[in-house]
Amino acid sequence: MPTYEHSGWHILLVAFLVCLVCGVVVSATAVALRPMQQENRLRFRQVNILQAADLYRPGMEMQAAFERIERRFVELETGKQVAMPPEYDPWRAVRDPELSRPLEEDPAHIRRVPRVAEVWLIQDEAGRLQRVVLPVRGLGAWSIMSGFIALEPDLNTIAGIRFYDHGETPGLGGEIEKPRWQRNWVGKKLFDESGAVAIEVVKGGAARDDPAFVHRVDAISGASITSRGVHNLVRFWVGEAGYGPCLARLREEYRNSAR
Amino acid sequence: MAMEKAGEVLFRPIFDNNPIALQILGICSALAVTIKLSTTLTIIAAVLFVLASANFMISIIRNLIPSSIRMIVQITIIASLVIVVDQVLQAYTYEISRDLSIFVGLIITNCIIMGRAEAYAMHNPPLLATMDGLGNALGYGLVLLFVGVFRELFGAGTLLGITILPPVSDGGWYYTNGMMMLPPGAFFLIGGFIWLLRAWKTAQVEEPLFRLAPNSRPEAD
Repeated sequence: MPTYEHSGWHILLVAFLVCLVCGVVVSATAVALRPMQQENRLRFRQVNILQAADLYRPGMEMQAAFERIERRFVELETGKQVAMPPEYDPWRAVRDPELSRPLEEDPAHIRRVPRVAEVWLIQDEAGRLQRVVLPVRGLGAWSIMSGFIALEPDLNTIAGIRFYDHGETPGLGGEIEKPRWQRNWVGKKLFDESGAVAIEVVKGGAARDDPAFVHRVDAISGASITSRGVHNLVRFWVGEAGYGPCLARLREEYRNSAR
Repeated sequence: MAMEKAGEVLFRPIFDNNPIALQILGICSALAVTIKLSTTLTIIAAVLFVLASANFMISIIRNLIPSSIRMIVQITIIASLVIVVDQVLQAYTYEISRDLSIFVGLIITNCIIMGRAEAYAMHNPPLLATMDGLGNALGYGLVLLFVGVFRELFGAGTLLGITILPPVSDGGWYYTNGMMMLPPGAFFLIGGFIWLLRAWKTAQVEEPLFRLAPNSRPEAD
């Protein structure tokens, strides 16, 4: 330890130099690594979308797979397709009062929705619509759960669901990230014959011969609040306040093009 | 103080002066990141880098740092190193950095790093300071490895994601130990480690705080 007193100027000089050097090193690192980090973030989202649609195979060619995936921006209220800059992030838009609106009825406890959301349309090699992937999120027991729900071309049958971000209890609510539970959703139908939202997450699911079987997903034992959260968020996002208008338009669009 | 040998400085903090087991520092991150072995190993690597580099850099400029701002200078250097590590992890090991989320940033607050900077790097030449940093990080790493292996193996039945004990929830026979997945499980494991270490190195066993003196009153007749 130095035993002599430093002058005030010396103290300021050392402080300034330390800050300068540290600042330069940190900024240089951040700037140099940014492209790689953005690439990672994009790829992570892409993998999750493919996984939700049950189209992801480890080691697959991401570039080729993503050529057949269209990212579409839709105005939630009308379901109309709109143009947005590629950096647009609906979940960030939620914080901007211009780009989002508050919800009066908020069963998923997300408080606000963006005016423009994004959906992903996946085509197969023949160019036909194979999957529609909808980003969803809502409150669980401890956290906002974020995921994707993938639909078959009839826009009613569920092809898969995937939660890529949540803070629920491992082993209980955390089971939402496990394929074992996600498999329960495959083949279930969102809407009944009258077009009303019929999908439910209930304790015990339903027996196979029960007519409601195709609309009921078994909740997770010991995770009633998380399960209720999933129930609420899925019903919200496929309903009128969520992607409902968008799905209606897509149904029209693909019915017309199928002829 | 007499010049110590680099080898001693490097190896002493592993068993004889372990930062977690004897100095009782840096326990917080040991509880949070040891749920999985992959995150445990990543944090150990991060702390190795930060502790050794911070000790090295602080030691090089130790005579230039005015005493009145020394702690802030130390923490500025430590924080910058941690930010660099965080950026590198986000670029090269994105999945793991998502698992670790805020805990990489929390390395800045890890008492071991500030503790060694202030206690050793400020008073010793760069080579010894680097060895001390590496040694303490290795000691920290040893405890974290112990805790991480037990927690992942008995809490989830896997090691580095590879199933070793097939859990009942996936159709196997092993009932996973829920306590291992929660922080108190890590606490118990650290306690167990300290117990084992002190059984081996009895010099670390602390003196009792008081002893009963022999009774001074004579027996009643």
